[in-house]
Amino acid sequence: MRKFLQGSEAVAEAVKLCKVGVIAAYPITPQTPIPETLAKMVADGKLKAEFINVESEHSAASFVLGATATGVRSYTATSSQGLLYMGEVIFNIAGMRLPVILTCTNRAVSAPINIWNDQSDSMALRDSGSIQFYCENHQELVDLHIQAYRIAEDKNIMLPVMVSMDGYILTHGFEVVDVPSQEDVDKFLPPLNLKHKLDVENPLTLGFLADPEYYMETRYAIQKTHEGVLKFIPQVVREFEGVFGRRSGGLVECYRLEDAEKVIVACGSVCGTIKETIEEARRKKKKYGLLRIITYRPFPLQEIYKALKDKPQIAILEKAVSLGAYGPLYTEIKMLFSQKDNKKLKREKRICGFIAGLGGRDITKDTISYIFKRLSQKQVDCEFVDLKPEYIE
Amino acid sequence: MKEIRIHARAGQGAITAAVILGEAYFLEGKFTYAFPHFGAARMGAPMNAYVRCDTKPVILRSQIYEPDYLIIVDSTLIKDFYCLRGLKEDGIAIISEKEGIEIPKPKKRQKFYVVPANRIALETIARPLGNTVLLGAFSAVTEEIRLESLIEAVKKRLSGKAAEQNVRAVEKGYEFIKRG
Repeated sequence: MRKFLQGSEAVAEAVKLCKVGVIAAYPITPQTPIPETLAKMVADGKLKAEFINVESEHSAASFVLGATATGVRSYTATSSQGLLYMGEVIFNIAGMRLPVILTCTNRAVSAPINIWNDQSDSMALRDSGSIQFYCENHQELVDLHIQAYRIAEDKNIMLPVMVSMDGYILTHGFEVVDVPSQEDVDKFLPPLNLKHKLDVENPLTLGFLADPEYYMETRYAIQKTHEGVLKFIPQVVREFEGVFGRRSGGLVECYRLEDAEKVIVACGSVCGTIKETIEEARRKKKKYGLLRIITYRPFPLQEIYKALKDKPQIAILEKAVSLGAYGPLYTEIKMLFSQKDNKKLKREKRICGFIAGLGGRDITKDTISYIFKRLSQKQVDCEFVDLKPEYIE
Repeated sequence: MKEIRIHARAGQGAITAAVILGEAYFLEGKFTYAFPHFGAARMGAPMNAYVRCDTKPVILRSQIYEPDYLIIVDSTLIKDFYCLRGLKEDGIAIISEKEGIEIPKPKKRQKFYVVPANRIALETIARPLGNTVLLGAFSAVTEEIRLESLIEAVKKRLSGKAAEQNVRAVEKGYEFIKRG
C-alpha cells in the first residue's frame, strides 16, 4: 500500500513487518524517531515484541546480541557516537555469527559536536565483519531492511547487517513509499531458526576463547562468507522481485553508464542529486553517468570493475574520509584498477577522489557539476569540495 | 517540479505544514519530498522546512535555494535571516502579518500576500500558530493544491480537536484570500 511516510516511520514499518521479537535502543539524533515509532507500535499492541529501554548504546547492542543468541529476531538503531560506542559489541556480534540487523542513521562524528549528516560513522566500522548497505530513498529503506533479515539469517551467512541511511535527508524526510503486505513479507522471510542457540536445556557457549591455534580460522571464515554474500545478494534480489514485483537493492546500480565518459561513484541519498544533475547535463549532450554502491561490505569488486573498466574519467564522491589517507571508497576503487592487468584496460584512466558534505554541508547540483568539470582538469586524490576559504587560515 | 520553502521558528509548525502540504500533493497523485532543516533544534530557533513536488519521482536531495513559493510563518525572521533570498523572479510569498514588521517590496513580477495568520489562528485554534492558515492561503493564491486535499491531509496528519480546529484554520486562510 502506498503511503506518504517519514523515512524513520518507513523503517519502523519494515521492522514491524519482519516480526522482530526484541528491540533495544538508546536515543540519539537523528535515529530517535525510529525507536520512538517502534516503542509506540509495541505499546499500542500492534507489534508483539519486547521493547527494552537501555542506559547506553553499548547495552542496546549487547541486548540484541543476547536476544538473537537465544534465537529471537532482534533490532537496534543508532548513529554517530552511539555507533562507535556499540563498535566493540558489533565486532562481537559478527564474530559470534549472529544475524542482528542494525540501522545506522548516518551522522558526523564529534568533536566538534555536529548532529548533521555524513557517513563517517558507518565507514569507521567497515572492518567489523558486518554486511553494510547504503540506501538512496525511502522505498529502498523498506526493501533493504526486509532483505537484510533474509540475508543475515541464511544458514550459510549468519552475519549482522548494518543498513545505513543518511540522517535527516532520509530519517526526517517524507516521501511516498509502497509498504508491502504482511502476507508477502511472510512469504519472503521465514521465521528465524538458528542451528546453534543459547538454551538452558542444552547449554552452549558462544564467542569463547579462541587461542592462536583457532582464532585466525574464525576470521578466514567470515572473509569467505563475505565472498558468498556477493553471490547470494543477487539471488535474494530475484526472490524479492518474485514476491514483491519490484527490483530493489543489490550490489551496485549502474545509472546512465552505457555511453558515459565521466562517471561519479557514490553511495546513499546524494545519488538522487547526482542523477538529477546527470539528467540536466544529458539534455546538453554531456555524457555523464553514476555508479551507485548499494552493498559496500562485502565490497562488490567484480561489479565495480565491470561497470568502470571502459570509463576514462571517474570521480569518487564520499561523505567520509580516512583522516591522514583518502576517502575509503577511493582507496578501494583505486586499488581495484591498479591490481588488475592494466593492459586489459582499453583506455587510460583518471580516478579522482572528492570529499563533500561533511557535517551536513549541503551537496547541491552545483557541487556535482563542479566535480564533473574538475574531473577533466587534473588528478586529485582527496579534494575537499565546497570548503569555505574564509574559515581556513 | 515546484519548490516551496517554509520559514519559521522551531515550535511554530513549519514541519507540520510541510508534511500536510506533501500529504495533500500525494492525495492528488503527485510525487513529493518534504523535509526539514534544523539548526541545533530548540524552541524558537530559526529553521526551514521544504517541499518539492512533481509529476515524476522527486530525487533531488539538496536544500531549496530558488523556491517558486515561500511561506513565512514568522515575519520577524525576514530581515535577519534573508527569507526572501533566492525567490524566483515570478515567485510568490505568503507571509504572516505581524505588527511593527515592515514587509519589503516584491520585485516586479513577484507577488507577496500578507495574511493575519496568527489572528485567524487565535480565533480557530486558540493559539497563535498560523501555519495551517497560511496553507489555506497558499491554496487560494497559487491554486497548486485543492482546498479539499489540504483538509483531507490535515485530517490524516492530526486527530481529534486539533484536526477540527486546523481544518477551520485552513478554510479561514483560504477565505481570507478569496474575499480579497
